[in-house]
Amino acid sequence: MTGTMNPSEVGVSIRTVTISIDDVDVKVPEGGTVLDGCKAAGIDTPTLCYSENLTPVNVCRVCVVELEGSRTLIPSCSRPAEEGMVIHTDSGRVRHSRKMVLEFLGSGVDLSQADDMNSWSEHYGADPDRYGPAAEKINEEVKIQDDLYIRDYDKCVLCYKCVEACGDDAQHTFAISVSGRGFAARISTEFDIALPDSACVYCGNCVAVCPTNALQFKTEWDLREAANWKPEEQTVTTTVCSYCGVGCNLEMHVQDNTIVKVTSPNDHSVTNGNLCIKGRFGWQYVQPTITTR
Amino acid sequence: MADLKFTDAVASSGERAAVEAVLGDERALVFEHPRLVRGGTRRRHRLRHMLLPALHALQNEAGWISKGGLNYVCEELQVPPAEAYGVASFYEMFRVDAAPNHDGPVTHVCIDGPCRAGSTEAIATVKAAGGHVHESPCLGQCERPTAVFIQGRRGPDMVAADADPFIRPQQDGTGLRLLQRLGVVDPNSLDSYREHGGYVALTKAITMGPDAVLAELSDSGLSGRGGAAFPTGFKWSAVRDAEGDTKHVVANCDESEPGTFKDRTIMENDPFSLIEAMTIAAVTTGSENGWIYIRGEYPLATARIENAIDQARSAGLLGDDVAGSGMTFDIEVRRGAGAYICGEETALFNSIEGFRGEPRNKPPFPTTHGLFNQPTAINNPETLLNVLPIVLEGAQDYRCIGTEGSPGTRLFCLSGAVSTPGTYEMPFGTTLRELLTLAGGVTGELQAVLLGGAAGSFVTAASLDMPLTLEDTRAAGTTLGSGVVMVFDTATDLTDMCTRIAEFFKNESCGQCVPCRVGAVRQHEMMVDLRSKNGVGLAPDKRQLHADMNSAMADASICGLGHTAGSAVASALALGLIGESS
Amino acid sequence: MVGLATVLGAGGGTSSYQEIEETDVILLWGSNAREAHPIFFHHLLKGIDNGATMYAVDPRRTSSAKFADVWLGLEVGSDVALANTVAREIIAADLHNKDFVAHSTRGFDRLKEAVEPYTLERGSELTGVPAEAIREMAHAYATAETAQILWTLGITEHHNAVDNVLALCNLALLTGHVGCWGSGLVPLRGQNNVQGGGDMGSLPDQLPGFQKVNDDVARAKFEAVYGVELNPNPGIHLTLMFEAMERGEMKAVYVIGENPADSEADIHHARKMLEGLDLLVVQDIFMTRTAEMADVVLPAAIGWVESNGTVTSSERRVQRVRAAVTPPGEARDDIQIIFDIAARMGHDWGTPDAEQLWDELRTLSPMHAGMSWDRLESEGGLQWPCPNMDHPGSPFLHSWLWADDLEGREPAPFSALVHQGPKEQLSEKFPLRLTTGRALDSYNTGVQSGGYNSPIRYGDALDMNPADATSMGIQDGEKVQVSSARGTVEMAVRYQPDIPEGLTFTTFHFPELVDVNVMTSDAWDKRSGTAEFKAASIRVDKLKAVAL
Ligand SMILES: Cc1cc2nc3c(=O)[nH]c(=O)nc-3n(C[C@H](O)[C@H](O)[C@H](O)COP(=O)(O)O)c2cc1C
Ligand code: SF4
Ligand code: SF4
Ligand code: SF4
Ligand code: FES
Repeated sequence: MTGTMNPSEVGVSIRTVTISIDDVDVKVPEGGTVLDGCKAAGIDTPTLCYSENLTPVNVCRVCVVELEGSRTLIPSCSRPAEEGMVIHTDSGRVRHSRKMVLEFLGSGVDLSQADDMNSWSEHYGADPDRYGPAAEKINEEVKIQDDLYIRDYDKCVLCYKCVEACGDDAQHTFAISVSGRGFAARISTEFDIALPDSACVYCGNCVAVCPTNALQFKTEWDLREAANWKPEEQTVTTTVCSYCGVGCNLEMHVQDNTIVKVTSPNDHSVTNGNLCIKGRFGWQYVQPTITTR
Repeated sequence: MADLKFTDAVASSGERAAVEAVLGDERALVFEHPRLVRGGTRRRHRLRHMLLPALHALQNEAGWISKGGLNYVCEELQVPPAEAYGVASFYEMFRVDAAPNHDGPVTHVCIDGPCRAGSTEAIATVKAAGGHVHESPCLGQCERPTAVFIQGRRGPDMVAADADPFIRPQQDGTGLRLLQRLGVVDPNSLDSYREHGGYVALTKAITMGPDAVLAELSDSGLSGRGGAAFPTGFKWSAVRDAEGDTKHVVANCDESEPGTFKDRTIMENDPFSLIEAMTIAAVTTGSENGWIYIRGEYPLATARIENAIDQARSAGLLGDDVAGSGMTFDIEVRRGAGAYICGEETALFNSIEGFRGEPRNKPPFPTTHGLFNQPTAINNPETLLNVLPIVLEGAQDYRCIGTEGSPGTRLFCLSGAVSTPGTYEMPFGTTLRELLTLAGGVTGELQAVLLGGAAGSFVTAASLDMPLTLEDTRAAGTTLGSGVVMVFDTATDLTDMCTRIAEFFKNESCGQCVPCRVGAVRQHEMMVDLRSKNGVGLAPDKRQLHADMNSAMADASICGLGHTAGSAVASALALGLIGESS
Repeated sequence: MVGLATVLGAGGGTSSYQEIEETDVILLWGSNAREAHPIFFHHLLKGIDNGATMYAVDPRRTSSAKFADVWLGLEVGSDVALANTVAREIIAADLHNKDFVAHSTRGFDRLKEAVEPYTLERGSELTGVPAEAIREMAHAYATAETAQILWTLGITEHHNAVDNVLALCNLALLTGHVGCWGSGLVPLRGQNNVQGGGDMGSLPDQLPGFQKVNDDVARAKFEAVYGVELNPNPGIHLTLMFEAMERGEMKAVYVIGENPADSEADIHHARKMLEGLDLLVVQDIFMTRTAEMADVVLPAAIGWVESNGTVTSSERRVQRVRAAVTPPGEARDDIQIIFDIAARMGHDWGTPDAEQLWDELRTLSPMHAGMSWDRLESEGGLQWPCPNMDHPGSPFLHSWLWADDLEGREPAPFSALVHQGPKEQLSEKFPLRLTTGRALDSYNTGVQSGGYNSPIRYGDALDMNPADATSMGIQDGEKVQVSSARGTVEMAVRYQPDIPEGLTFTTFHFPELVDVNVMTSDAWDKRSGTAEFKAASIRVDKLKAVAL
């Protein structure tokens, strides 16, 4: 009589497929993506809407690569690797499309706090000014509706990550969704009601995945407004949340012995980067300024 | 499931009644007992496809998707309000910003293509009569400009021109395969359909068995008429071979490509043929579920199709034992709500499922991961209609018409500057000149023809002798697309027309992917700028910019909308139809 | 976790979080994990998304229950009756795992006899849940390939807490849903490091690593390392301590990181007892109500963010905590305080070092032996038992149940249990049932979670079924007087259609607003020492009109 074993202990042999990336053969575990292959080959690939803890939505198209035999470019982040694929990551077509995507984004969205994207824009020579000063912008007022986090959709690239994190990739609260269509599409609650009136439970998991700082912890926002946000002076210490027995890992971002934000590692088996309101925001009692000790 | 939270807004009794009427008995939550409630993810997912019909009911009742109405639908279906709002705000026919300030219907006036010239006047007329106007993209009535559609309020939707009798342009009917019954058969009568040869093909297909049907289909060389020209036999075989107990057959009747109206012509005048062809698809692919997704602006087509389904069901041609075959198949009708993108097959699936009509990335393909992520054969009605002669006559005979690369006939939607606009059926290989002659010739002096719709490209008189086949158009860098042949004489301002095409893509982009979402806006801005300069003197750097945008949209977008969003403008630029130095 | 330890020999949740993502049937029993354990619930949701069927057993239709396929709203305190009915139905339908029962368990006949009276009809009468639903849950659980039962305070904060847990263990033993991947019995720890506290021996009768103080061999091992003689007699738990205070037998108390003056079930009584002590020392990070009463207050550093060490989670995962900020003022690390006290008492223990202490523990507690500081760092924590450096840790416990020789252990015992119901019966005077629980954004007595400005905090209100409230003429939001046999408070009523008639509910997070624990029952379980927070009898009265 035997019970089922933990599969990880059984030592399942992992099958691989071989694809060619920039003329080098790369092995990718079956079910892995072309992006996994690029990573394995040590090729740096820009991504915006991709995150290892979310289902790929492949909407930003900044990660596109050329697949021989395919009429169009393919998104490396979501395309499963198939035996024998021949991939080019730095062809003229790839460079052009990546440049255009970055240029398009830069022409309508405030990317000032999306550091990654700015260096890629430089790399590909994106020139958002080509569209002139009259180019339509997102034009959204920052939404400050509570003390926990702000939403500055002027910075939103519509990567869908926050919607996924709030929805069935993690939180299952579905407080926000994409509304409208085309360039007028926005991340929004129903009828754009204020966040505290919505279903939002303030887990901050959307904030954690936002690649452009459109969603920002209020602490960070306040410090930036006061020109006192100094990432280079911050330390990040991993510890464990004290609010319940689940054992969520917390990364405490500390500046001047003051906690300025809390994240969780995407690759930790307990949290996959997600927290609840208590772990994410319940640390304020620690701050020397308000402690009663 | 989700953490559902509702605002205090409540639905009016009218809204509740309207929603209840479409939802029927099933609910996402069952309060069986004070201490027993059934709910859960599966039940909720199973009902989610009722969201779109429920939103239609709300819109019709209140003139908008009110906060209370949305709350009510969301409670009954257990859909998060934010998601439902995201869905409602996706569609042109649903209003979400504020309650209307009137109680009447809304008149949609087409501002595209051949309707554009008369639209200003039409709008003024409606307004003068105290009506409420909504400017609409192509309404699929291009043969009778200026097209108008009346979105009802607490009553049915209407198209005034539907009252006019249908007259088939090719009156004598010789050589017609797909249109043979149109204008001859009584579209409301199954008996009449049978008298005109209806349901013989289904009986034959059942006798032949799926393998034989698939063989004929693939030998026939039939390819999709919805725009992508994908081999139909291949598609059906893939669905038949796909793993899974639940499979679907979908007729894509969203028909929103500007300049296209052939599918409406079929549905309004020979609806049973579509039902019969879908039934053949079902018994061939092993699918029990059929769906017809009809664009929301087609009230007559919807009514005729619904009637045809009812009659077929009563006659045992749909249901548990289709035509005595022992097989099960039935069809549900879904109405679109104003979104061109929902004609893209995967967007259409999302739309039926009650999600935003955003295309999915492919692969995986619909043949294995289609509607509800199950194997699905989705086809255009014209494609489906071709199955009837293939089954009846066999692939050999079918191929006698057309060319080697493009066997059979093709429906062409002629509109604009021709004497007799309408849906024409001609063998593949007919030249553009022959086609224009058939339609009574060009009225005025020919300036250009838009082939394939807004997603297609312009050609000029230089192309009049081009045979209209898949291979010839491809070689010429253009496309037949959905069969649009929109003719412009020299009186048309093509800069304005191209600006409107650019605006169409800007409005219709679902907004998912960056190249299309932003590219379509930048293209439109460029065209507005050019139009303000009377269409002349486009600087070389702007030309380069357009080429850059067009290639990125074509290369890096998710779906066909983005791939083709720059194509018409690019062709007009290349042909010197717009932007030349003065 | 007295119940689990009795049956299976280890007081820890049997399964890891990943398993619930892959299980087929989930019974969430007396747990509002959506709010109390939100990130565990993420794993559960993955399970549902992967196709698991979920039954929620709870008197209230909680936010967790709303994710369930079926909610069974049993009467408060009828858990044993429900579990017995499920057990009887499984046996009656011949769905129990006969091989497993024969090989790995004992006392089946006793169980069969004990559950015999709990027919579906009787079970339905006792629990208020329709018989058909009980039957359905029984069959789903028994026929599932893998299934888990999860519970929290709804099971343990009852006077018969241990019975409740034993009743759930019976179900797992009947069906073999324990000891293998995907199945198990999972108590979700309400508080951070309750598991770790148990691991480290902070239970009255235990030494670190679940070794007994009255086990001479174990004790000798500790005595050798500590260099002192240890008291072989088990101590007493909190509830008994208060009784000892009442009898005047306990005169001095040293409280570390607890706030009994706010958190005990009958706090009037608790406060009186604490006031009567000769010496009360409180070591805490806050000036709590208990600390205010203390003779000596030792300000402590915050364990999880100002100190180094380890904690253990509900899946028995030992993980590192690290100091991210320095503590304010004179606050010191807990171990520093203890070292300092030792020094004042004449013992120089040197300078405290978390890793050294941990390594000492590893020599004494076999289940922690393989968990070096480095491994804890690099492997994202390890699940005990982890007996040596090559051991990968244990995702689930009790695979011995499936071993041919049971690895030399005794088969696991069934328990014969009788439905008792809440200690405090409803009466004409106190006709409503009150139960308490947590809200998502708050924690226990609210001392910590009160520090941030939660947009979703609504304060303690008395949730009532609107039918009950309207029958008394009470409006939504109206302030009322709520009384039990022990006390009276004023609080606002909130209409809550998600709880059955006859039941009321409130959170217990805001003692300064509402002394809810003034009202809750002081009945408690003699074996586990948990008090009955979950079932008091109350009455609700409209406030007398105040003359202006
Ligand atoms: C933006 C867009 C709109 C489309 N609209 C339609 C449509 O209205 N009707 C249609 O049949 N196909 C439409 N298609 C093509 C479908 O995606 C799909 O290829 C077609 O339904 C397949 O059927 P077929 O093989 O019979 O052509 C559209 C494609 C795109 C990209
Ligand atoms: S904070 Fe959490 S619940 Fe709120 S919108 Fe973000 S992900 Fe959703
Ligand atoms: S708010 Fe941030 S995460 Fe959300 S879509 Fe915009 S950029 Fe992406
Ligand atoms: S190409 Fe346009 S319509 Fe298609 S998915 Fe992208 S944004 Fe949407
Ligand atoms: S990262 Fe691949 S499409 Fe966005």
